[in-house]
Amino acid sequence: MTILWTHLVKDLRIEWRSREAVNSMLFFALLVVVLFSLAFQPRGEFSQQISGGVICVATLFASMSALNQAWAREIRHQVLDAQRMAPTSGSDLFLAKVVANFLFVSIVQLVLAPVFLVFYNLRVLGPAWELALVLPLGTWALVANGTFFAALSIRSRNRELLLPLILFPIFMPALLAMVLAIGSILTGDNGQVLWIKLLAGYDIIFTTVSLLLFDVVLHAE
Amino acid sequence: MKKFAIILYTAVTLALLAWGFYQAWYVAPADAMQGEIYRVIFYHVPSASVAFLFFAISLLGSIGFLAYRRSHPDWAQRSDAWALAGAEVGVVFCTVVLLTGPIWGRRAWGIWWTWDARLTTTLVLWLIYVSYLLLRRFVAGPQMQTLAAVLGIFGALDVPIVYMSNRWWRTQHPAPVFGGDSSAGMAPAMVTALMWNMLAWLAWGILILGIRYRVERQHQKIAEREAQAALIA
Repeated sequence: MTILWTHLVKDLRIEWRSREAVNSMLFFALLVVVLFSLAFQPRGEFSQQISGGVICVATLFASMSALNQAWAREIRHQVLDAQRMAPTSGSDLFLAKVVANFLFVSIVQLVLAPVFLVFYNLRVLGPAWELALVLPLGTWALVANGTFFAALSIRSRNRELLLPLILFPIFMPALLAMVLAIGSILTGDNGQVLWIKLLAGYDIIFTTVSLLLFDVVLHAE
Repeated sequence: MKKFAIILYTAVTLALLAWGFYQAWYVAPADAMQGEIYRVIFYHVPSASVAFLFFAISLLGSIGFLAYRRSHPDWAQRSDAWALAGAEVGVVFCTVVLLTGPIWGRRAWGIWWTWDARLTTTLVLWLIYVSYLLLRRFVAGPQMQTLAAVLGIFGALDVPIVYMSNRWWRTQHPAPVFGGDSSAGMAPAMVTALMWNMLAWLAWGILILGIRYRVERQHQKIAEREAQAALIA
């Protein structure tokens, strides 16, 4: 637990000094939101229906840069090799990275939410507090898998390209659940419970498997 | 002897394919409701079965590689060759499924594609295994096999979740024809033709899978020999 905490504090301190990941994500997500509203010109009923999808896809695209950076930082000065030799389990390192990235992506979502409400003229017709359940669950699904696959693709020749190529197919069911849950809450048709359960199940399954297999990826030679 | 067996197997496979073709196009009657277009089933269903079987082989290969990579390096290499061959040939059969499906759907449903549970699952499955093959291309060096095995396990784990999520979402694909309710079922001549085609395409798939496995084993042996030569020099 102390090791996890050390890793987490280190990652947060690096980010606090540079603010690279959060700033780049924030601007990128904002661009995606603007691009989508120009491309589809959403109004009224239509904007209620598509906005869940837009916010999920915007977060998904924006998080790619942060996820890649999370491990690229460790590559410099052979820090990753040092981590590999350290007599601690890789799961602490992995979990700390996931929590750090989870915080970064959540900050981006919180800042973006008001902008989003304005641009898309949204009114939440369902129980709004359930958004505080759906967004963290979906973000965790994205960040847990994303951190794992970023560690996996960091070994490849063109690492920035590979991450989305292997992450997006695996992430699809979680994206579907997240989009449908947000859509249900916004339009107030009360179909979200099933999707929240699916998201929770997805999170549990993939976080467990990631924790089990992370040492294999870290020590792959 | 081994060579003779392979030639015999190839000949039997080709004969089965020819017989399956004859059954599908000349023996099986036209469908009362759908007419001639239903004959797509003789290619669609066998390809789907073979694709799913080979993805399962790929998963077993991935698990085998991770399990044996420290204790039995040679078994691990064999497992990895099976994982690659299963994924690659599986993707080809899955592509056939995704191409023949819309041809039938256009006539039977009036649309090329719909986001139904089975269609979406098959498409996502295809995407996952294409990304698996891409990973194998992009990552160099011996760690590639380990990373690919990990992705193979993740991908297989995703399939039931994709299926369930889409089932709750919407389903349009025809219910299983066999073992379904009383309205399901096929004329006996159609069933016979379908079974012959299942057998023929399975035999063909296994032949291609075996060839791909052999090729990969040769690759591994050449790479090993080169590594040894580099060590000595």
